[in-house]
Amino acid sequence: MIQVENLTVRFAGVTPIDDASLVFPGGTCGLIGPNGAGKTTFFNVLSGFVKPATGAIRAFGEDMLKMADYKRARWGLRRTFQTEQAIEGLSVFDNVAMIHEHSGAKRSSRQADVLAALGFVGLDVPPRAKAGSLGAGDRRLLEVARAVVGHPRVVLLDEPAAGLPEEETEHLGSVIQKIPEAFGALTVLVDHDMSLVSNCCTTTAVLDFGKVIALGPTAEVLRDERVTNAYLGTEEDV
Amino acid sequence: MTTAPASRDSTAPARTLPTFERGTIVRAVVIVGLLLIALFVLPAISGADWITTYTSVAIYAVVALGFGVLYGRVGMISLGQVALLTIGCWVGARVAYATSLPFPVMLLVAGGVTCAIGTLVGLPALRLSGLYLALITLMFAGATTVVLSVTDFPNGGGGFTGRSATGALTTSTPPVRRPSWAVADVAYYRYTVIVCAILFLLVLIHVASKPGRAWASIRESEPAALAAGVNITLYKLWAFALASFVTGVAGCLLAAQIGVPRAITFQTQDSLTLAATALIGGIFSLWGAIVAGVFNQLLPFLFQAQWNIDPNWLLIIFGVGLLQVLLTAPGGLADQFPKDMANLGRLAARRFRALADGGKPAE
Repeated sequence: MIQVENLTVRFAGVTPIDDASLVFPGGTCGLIGPNGAGKTTFFNVLSGFVKPATGAIRAFGEDMLKMADYKRARWGLRRTFQTEQAIEGLSVFDNVAMIHEHSGAKRSSRQADVLAALGFVGLDVPPRAKAGSLGAGDRRLLEVARAVVGHPRVVLLDEPAAGLPEEETEHLGSVIQKIPEAFGALTVLVDHDMSLVSNCCTTTAVLDFGKVIALGPTAEVLRDERVTNAYLGTEEDV
Repeated sequence: MTTAPASRDSTAPARTLPTFERGTIVRAVVIVGLLLIALFVLPAISGADWITTYTSVAIYAVVALGFGVLYGRVGMISLGQVALLTIGCWVGARVAYATSLPFPVMLLVAGGVTCAIGTLVGLPALRLSGLYLALITLMFAGATTVVLSVTDFPNGGGGFTGRSATGALTTSTPPVRRPSWAVADVAYYRYTVIVCAILFLLVLIHVASKPGRAWASIRESEPAALAAGVNITLYKLWAFALASFVTGVAGCLLAAQIGVPRAITFQTQDSLTLAATALIGGIFSLWGAIVAGVFNQLLPFLFQAQWNIDPNWLLIIFGVGLLQVLLTAPGGLADQFPKDMANLGRLAARRFRALADGGKPAE
């Protein structure tokens, strides 16, 4: 469970997250909102890249904001980025293995864990192939493999399906859906593809101009009038 | 804790990872073969002046290796690598004059001191990158040159800070000692090649294991590395420590190779030439460092001693070569090693037949 209380982030003159409070109970949770709503900033706060002005984030009882940024991975926090971050010079295997190495998981289980993660996402390339030789779809799968290896507790996926064709998005969706059950990790999905979000996520929160405007079961949230208004840009009090 | 993820997915095909691939074995055979050629064939067919040049090639290959670790692996540009070589050389010389430590211990002391200084120089790299880091490290190289010429380096008096009675370098300055069983030039050349091979192996082990993967992730993207749990401070300083250690050991080898190192031997611009040759050689491959060593030391020797051309022309040639490499092959010569070597070999063979038969080009 992730609890966010009164989180506010301010950059000079801008407030990308404005007194946001929400709870992600578990499973796969969606975080949606128009461009600039504060979704990635929220991920950056969780990763430790951005220090919030006020507020608290607890994940499984742990005060996340007190933890040093590079220690959060060892604790079990994983994330992907909007632009994929596969390390081109390393092999597919080493790309995943390097996450495992810094996760605190046992060295003796590395090979099995890495191959299991690659199998889990269904990445069908030789583990020794260079990541730089992979296509866009395979790189996204590799990123998900990197995000689930080594006992993750919270997996943050930032637009993992951006730029993918429909059938690859579908496969990615089926993989994302299985993460909580297979690895016991709470998964937060940010994406603009509403069919992906409604297929994967049981709970969804909607951000708009840094405020949480809806939170609840995905189907209900997507029908919410405030949400459709936010997406269509007819919010009144701007 | 969470449930165990491994072996959870039964639908995935049972995949294993081959421990040794054919390419790895082939590479190992090639390396051992080249090492044997360097140790036994080259000394047998080369004259005395060639042998000292080969020794310098091996030493400068290690310096280029250090540059490659920093820039090729982590993405931190350091233009002060020859200054670190100078420091290793200076420490080696002073330890030789001041103590009677065995030579391998001298190597380790020089490596250790240079490692400490190089890591300090690396501290700004935690905050700076690109042009600023390049400038800072170049200023460090300049500062080293100034300090060493002011202190009349190495001035072979006794003790660690000793100065000779005349206060200046004289012909009576004793040469820095070599290992007792490798005093002759050929033996010392072999000794140097073996030590340099060990330094290459040390770097190879780093690159192929946890630090190498962490460096690759830092190079790709620092935020992503941070999110992956990489302690960026630790691994950046680790890279500086490793690069300066190998450079320091190389400096000590150089001290005993020259015998009486003089401050004038080391110019600030050498660091720039080294960076240029390292880029031409290829900073993403360990082979590139060897190519850089050849360019840095063998070519000036060929120009000056063999062809009677002013080696300063090389600066222009390196400049053009660097431009060519940066525009057409960022991976450097090592990227297309076999092809280029074949061409170079043909060219060199032709020139040699035409000009002299006093030796044979390396590889």
